[in-house]
Order: sequence, then C-alpha cells, then structure tokens
Amino acid sequence: MAQVKTETPATETTTDEPRRGRSATVAWALWFARRLGLAILTLWLVSVLVFFATAALGDPIRAILGKDYESSPSRVATLEDQLNLDQPLVQRYFDWLGGLLTGDLGTSLSNQLPVSELIGDRVVNTAVLVLVSALVMIPIAFGIAMISAHYRGRRPDHVIQVVLLGLAGVPEFVIGILFVALFSTTVLHVLPAVTISAGGEGPWQNPGSMVLPVLTLVFAVTPYVARIVRSTLLEVLDSDYVELARLKGIPEGVVMRKHALLNAIVPSIQVVALQLAWLAGGIVIVEYLFSYPGIGASLVDSVRNNDIPMVQALSMIIAGIYVGVNLIADVLSILFTPRARTAITS
Amino acid sequence: MSTITATGSGLRRVFHQRRLVAGMIITALVVALAIVGPWIAPYGEHEIVGKPFTHSGSFLGSDYLGQDVLSRVLAGGRSILVISVLATALGMVGGILIGLLAAYVGGWFDEVLMRLNDVALAFPQILLALLVLSAVEQPKWWMIVLLVGASHAPRVARLARGVALGLVSRDFVASAEALGESKLRIVLAEVLPNMSAPLLAEAGLRLTYSIGMVAALGFLGFSTDPGGADWGLMINENRLGLLVLPWGVLAPVIVIGVFTIGTNLIADGITQLAEKGAES
Repeated sequence: MAQVKTETPATETTTDEPRRGRSATVAWALWFARRLGLAILTLWLVSVLVFFATAALGDPIRAILGKDYESSPSRVATLEDQLNLDQPLVQRYFDWLGGLLTGDLGTSLSNQLPVSELIGDRVVNTAVLVLVSALVMIPIAFGIAMISAHYRGRRPDHVIQVVLLGLAGVPEFVIGILFVALFSTTVLHVLPAVTISAGGEGPWQNPGSMVLPVLTLVFAVTPYVARIVRSTLLEVLDSDYVELARLKGIPEGVVMRKHALLNAIVPSIQVVALQLAWLAGGIVIVEYLFSYPGIGASLVDSVRNNDIPMVQALSMIIAGIYVGVNLIADVLSILFTPRARTAITS
Repeated sequence: MSTITATGSGLRRVFHQRRLVAGMIITALVVALAIVGPWIAPYGEHEIVGKPFTHSGSFLGSDYLGQDVLSRVLAGGRSILVISVLATALGMVGGILIGLLAAYVGGWFDEVLMRLNDVALAFPQILLALLVLSAVEQPKWWMIVLLVGASHAPRVARLARGVALGLVSRDFVASAEALGESKLRIVLAEVLPNMSAPLLAEAGLRLTYSIGMVAALGFLGFSTDPGGADWGLMINENRLGLLVLPWGVLAPVIVIGVFTIGTNLIADGITQLAEKGAES
C-alpha cells in the first residue's frame, strides 16, 4: 500500500500543475503535506470506527453489569450518566473526539481513575518492548537473509526457507507458550515465565523477565522480514552492476555487503515497518501471555471488564502507532531512493 | 495465465510440489482429528476422571477441573475448524467482491473504496475483534466468524484489486465488452476465473491467520461456549497447571501449531506452483 501511495503524488504533481522552476523543497513539502494529510484522515476515520464499534454495537451497560442489570437500576443510571448516554450518539462522538485531541482520554469505568494516568507508564513499557524486539530482530533477519541468499538454491538455503516458512504461520502465543515450557516451567527453569515488576519500576529493571517476551516477538516477526530481504537481495545480486562488480574481481563477501546489502535496505524499510506495525497488534497477545505491564495486556483486561473509555483510548494509541510507523517508512524510503526523490521534485 | 487446471498434467504438477503435498497431508490429518475426534475420545468432554493436573484418565493426564485432556483435545477441534473456515470464506468473498468492484469500476469510486480500505488496514487484525467484544456480554460463535472475516476482507480486497487491475485492461475483457456482455457477467465469468491461483494462495494464508486468531481469542479467554472443549480456551483454562502437568496446555498448543504449519505450507505450495506455471 505504501509503495502505491508514494507514487501517486509524484504523477499528480507533474500532470496537475506544471510549475516550472519550483524549488525541490517546496515540492517535497507538498508531497509530505499530502502524505501527512492522508495519515490524519485515516486516523480520523479510525476514530469514527473505534467509537461506533464500541458505543453503538451492543449494549455496554448491560455488558458491564451482567446479571446486576435487572436488579440495580441505580447503578444503571450512574453508568448512563458517566457515559453520557442521555445525549445523542453523534454528540457523544464529538465530545469524545474533542477530549482526545486535548489530551483528555476520559475516566476508566472499572477504577474511576483518569485513563491517561492509568496508561502513561504502560505506553512507555510497550514502547521499550517493541523497540528492543526490533533492535534484536533486524540484524538477525538480515543475517539469515544474507546467509540464505549466499547459498541460494543449495541445501542451507532450502533448510532455512523451510524453517522460516514453518515459523511464519504459527501464531505468536504458540511460540510463546513453547518457550515458557522450554525455559521456565517444564524442561529448564532458567527464565521467569511472567514479568514481575514492582510498582513504578520499569520491567527492564529486571532484564531476565524481558527475555521471553522479546524472544517471542522476534520469532514471530523474523520469518517475514528474512524472507522478503532474501528475495530483495537475490534481485540485486542478479543485477548488472553486481555482475560488473564481480567481473572486476571484487570478492563475493564484499559484493554481498557493499553492493547487495546496501541496495536491499530501501525496499526492506517498508517490510520492517510493516512488521513493526504488526507488532503493535502482536503485543496484545504476547503481553497478555507474559503479564507484561504494557498497553496490550491492558487492552485485554479492559475488553474483559467492558471498560469502554479504556478500550477506546488504547485502540486509538495502537492504531496511531500503526499509521505513524507507516508514515515514517514512506518518508524514509522516499529520502533514500534518489529516483523517487527526483520524481517528486521534477 | 497461471490457472490450475483439473486436467491430468495439472494434477501431476500438484503432486510434484513437495511443500504443497506435505501441507495437504498435515492439514488433512489435523482436520480428520478434529472431525473424528469427538467419536473416538475415551472419555466425555465434561467427564471428571480424577483430581486436577494428575496422571488420571488417558496418557495426557487431567486438566484444571480433573477432566481428561486427551478427550478434550479430541473434542475441541470442531469449533475452531468450523469458525476458521467460515471466517476465511466470508473474508475471501467479501474481499474479492470489493477488490473486483474497485478494479472494474475504477475512477473516483476506486479511489474512495481503497482509501476506506486503507483505514480498515490501519487496524491490527485482532484489535477489531477486541473492540466489538468489549461491548458484548457473551460472544456468540457467529460474531467471531463475522469479526475475523471482516478483518480479512480489506487485506483480500487489496490483493484482488491488484490482480484484477492487471486483467481488466486485457483484450479478452475488451472483446467481451464489445460483444455486449453485461458487466456482472464479465467480472464473474471473464475476470474472476483468471485470478484463481493468487486467490487460492491467499485463501490458504487467510485460513492460517484465521486459525491463529480464533485460537488466540480463546486463549485470551473470550469463549463462545464457556467450559466447552476448545483448543484456544483449553490453553487459557490450564495455564496455571503448566508447572505441574504441562499437557493440558501443550497438547492444544502443539495441535494449533501443526495445523497452521500445514495450511501455511499449502498456501506457499500454491504460490510456487503458480510461479512455475507462469514460467512454463
């Protein structure tokens, strides 16, 4: 999707308005403004979807109170008041959106604290988990891809491909539980199965407890990245300039590192970004599995407690990460691709 | 075009594809286990065979209530199988319709449809399901089908549109239009059959993700039938016993893992087959 997006503005600027002599910076700024506008439009539509999926489908109050719904009309009234159910739906949406834009995320229904207070630390914890996983994953995935491309079509390549393919389809919680059984409960007892963090302390202060969540996320994401980087590498290795480099007598290792790898980085940005964006969803399950104190585990708890304001805020954060990562990836690939840069500015 | 024909040579090609064959065998075994399982289970789904997490009952021991783990694994596959297959079918049909429509009508309609599609893509798949489940007291099985299917549709639509775009400008579509055939007939009879290979591969991939998502929702504790035997739910129920007797968790985990490996191998095999077909 991102690649298509990057191409459309380029063609439109050339066909719509032929402005000669316009500086590259202006063209660049226009492209960026358009791309940013699209991201904001997407987020706005996401907010509509989030609000109406949680507030309009089903009956939140009946879900919250369960069996108490019939027996305690006073609690029904309190909740109706708290969710402003007496106001029309559209009015409630705009109130909620206004609050969201001014940083007021509402009040949690289950413990009556402001949502922003409840999730502040958790956002940081999740960010740390995702970043550490990405930092571990990227070199591993590129390494595997390089080994695989080096042995293209031969046995090591086949073995790597089959293993990656096998891992690619397996759900992350399956991988995670197998790790727990292997490292903490059944076979070995070397790593903690759950994240234990005392109040106010970040989970990274107890690095042992972060090993399994990070490992699980790395295993879930690496197969996709490694497979695509490998095929990009193969494409580059088949190109004329790599052939020329080989003919000049440059050793194969240098060809791989300097000529192939550097040229495979740009297409790989998109794939890494897509996987990072996927991590935004994958953390829901992995955090729940390891009781990691992040927004994913929070989301599962809030959904179970029918804590609508929390669910809405957390969904917007996760969708925001997703949209943001894609935006950054688009900008980076434009910046790193001279041809795309000229296409925008010409 | 790289369509998979049902002719003899086509079948022979299928059986030369080792990944595809391996995937089909693995998938068939798990599906057979899920379908036949309830009949060959040594104990009843809810039968108490002994104390919780002990070696009573069959060789896998007992679960958190003292029910037989093996019997529950055998009994718990049907729901996941049916829900995943239906969700995949729903997502594929919905996505193909959206994608074909966008590619064939084109213009601003295409632009608007695909922009809305991008919005749907900004949601991690599991998030959509969780969003709706937060406002529901007790999820019903058809809700899971709808939610998982709906989360697939935009992803399928993108692929279907891309493949169809390459086809609608072809000569055979133009000649069908010149013959005065209706638009609906052109899309269904001319364009769609030529998309079968990439769409089949996509269906295999979607099925893999469906199984993962349906099982994950059970694992997160959202059950359509609390207490009933279900692979995803079993993992959630028996988590506390992992230290004592791991089979209540490991048996369903392994079955789900093997199942997804099988369907993913099928998806990859079809892709390889289509690539070879396109080359020859």
